[in-house]
Amino acid sequence: MSAALPVVSRRRRTTDRVARAALLALTLVALVPLVLVLYYLIKEGLGAWSADFFTTDPTGRFLGDPGGIKSAIVGTIIMVALASAIAIPFGIGVALYLVEYGKQSRFANVVRYFVDVMTGVPSVVFGLFVYIVLVVTKVGGSFAAWKGSIALALLMLPVVTRSAEVVLNLVPNALREGALALGAPRWKVVFRIVLPTALPGLVTGSLLAIARAAGETAPLLFTAAFVLGTQLDLSQRMNSLPLQIFNDVGQAQDRLVQRAWGAALTLVLLVLLLTLVARLVQRRSRLT
Amino acid sequence: MNPEDQTTPAGAETAGAGNGAAPRVGPSPGEVAAAAERPPPPAHPTGRAIALRDVDAYYGDAHAIKSATMDYAPNQVTAMIGPSGSGKSTLVRCINRMHEEIPGARVEGEILLDDVDVNAAGVDVVAVRRAIGMVFQKPNPFPTLSIYDNVAAGVRLSGMKGINMRERVEQSLRSAALWEEVKDRLGQPGIGLSGGQQQRLCIARTIAVEPEVILMDEPCSALDPIATLKIEELIHELKQRYTIVIVTHNMQQAARVADTTAFMLDGAIVEHAPTRKIFSTPDDARTEEYVTGKFG
Repeated sequence: MSAALPVVSRRRRTTDRVARAALLALTLVALVPLVLVLYYLIKEGLGAWSADFFTTDPTGRFLGDPGGIKSAIVGTIIMVALASAIAIPFGIGVALYLVEYGKQSRFANVVRYFVDVMTGVPSVVFGLFVYIVLVVTKVGGSFAAWKGSIALALLMLPVVTRSAEVVLNLVPNALREGALALGAPRWKVVFRIVLPTALPGLVTGSLLAIARAAGETAPLLFTAAFVLGTQLDLSQRMNSLPLQIFNDVGQAQDRLVQRAWGAALTLVLLVLLLTLVARLVQRRSRLT
Repeated sequence: MNPEDQTTPAGAETAGAGNGAAPRVGPSPGEVAAAAERPPPPAHPTGRAIALRDVDAYYGDAHAIKSATMDYAPNQVTAMIGPSGSGKSTLVRCINRMHEEIPGARVEGEILLDDVDVNAAGVDVVAVRRAIGMVFQKPNPFPTLSIYDNVAAGVRLSGMKGINMRERVEQSLRSAALWEEVKDRLGQPGIGLSGGQQQRLCIARTIAVEPEVILMDEPCSALDPIATLKIEELIHELKQRYTIVIVTHNMQQAARVADTTAFMLDGAIVEHAPTRKIFSTPDDARTEEYVTGKFG
């Protein structure tokens, strides 16, 4: 044993071991609620599942068959689809403006700041906003699915914008310059070079925003409201998975609470599916 | 390092007979054949002259180019040499107005393509860049596009009409000495090529829009010696048809490819003369110190 390279001291070895053990313990504790949530979801939720569960609407009857959650699944898909159709083009458009045109200008930085603020706004505020602006004023009737979609879109917009801005910033400037040096007008550089290069990242960011919107209750509570039957008309009330869960959990009947578990499991699987697709798309990305 | 000492991938591909043979200097038989097949350059595109008259450039408050005045002769290769930060790249970017992509950069003075000031009111920047192409330091093929589409990109992006695209792509790839290497995989992504091939792909992309001047901003600095040699051979051929301005850090490269060489220092053009003169009997003491390696 040479004096130039002394062995690790006993004290340091002990400190190292204690620190490692403490971090591992904290990680395990943090995993406990996560595992329990999944455990109860599957245990209670699977029990509620059946073919009828997905193909019938809630009946609302106090006695007898409570029905399934078809209207909630259909409603969530319709409202989230409309919200995405609004928020994704707007969000990517804002991000394109910020990255390609606004850059570090004062206005662009103000926009960035507001986007950040909007990301932190609680979702119930968006619901309240739409309630006051569109529901109370009776624009095209009172509660309506499209109003719920707008509330969800407001929630998604900053998420889409932020993620799109990050991805667009990852597109190397060398590509923009290469295209500009060929005599390409800027708009063509954006649409033919920048957007295709960023596409996988844009899709991933959008899917995560969709997953987030699909699970929101508060924006829909007083905009799309609650209804039993399957509704395809956007100007009418529309059911949704989060609201179905919200309603059923408060009921005094076990059967209804169990339906809530079933609906919750369905919602989680829906979101999980979106997240998985988002990950797969991200793998195709050439940006790091 | 001497490029001929290495086993060249290109040599291995073309002949396969080079095993144990003495290191070969100059183009391989395959390359010679490719050169013979290459169609004669079309009559019409030819290089045009560029003239700088008292050009000053600024990055915000920093004075990057100080009243540069010089001429780039048509169908000649002009090298820009000088230490880092001397303004070589900045000056070259100003010529096709790429400096406009850098926030805070501005230019004063006249930059004339033949007799037209590229910065004059009403001159379309898109037209300027179509006439004055640019090859960058790092090869930058478009990652979402195939080899074919990369070459076609310039023509498509700049909205040129009435062009036989297949013909134009083949012609451009041949001019960039890349056709033989990629003709069987035009549909594959451009970023699958080696660094040197990528840079030739970028040159092909630039040629495809038929510019009159090609600016090269240290085109070989990211490449190995073999790939560098290929690009240099290519430059010799390209000057038949284009005026070429090449920024380089490598004085040997300037000596090998350039007809005339300009030495820059601190944003000013110190001296512009035939390359032989710059490297043997320069007029300015600073040029002599730089080319003899006393600084920089």
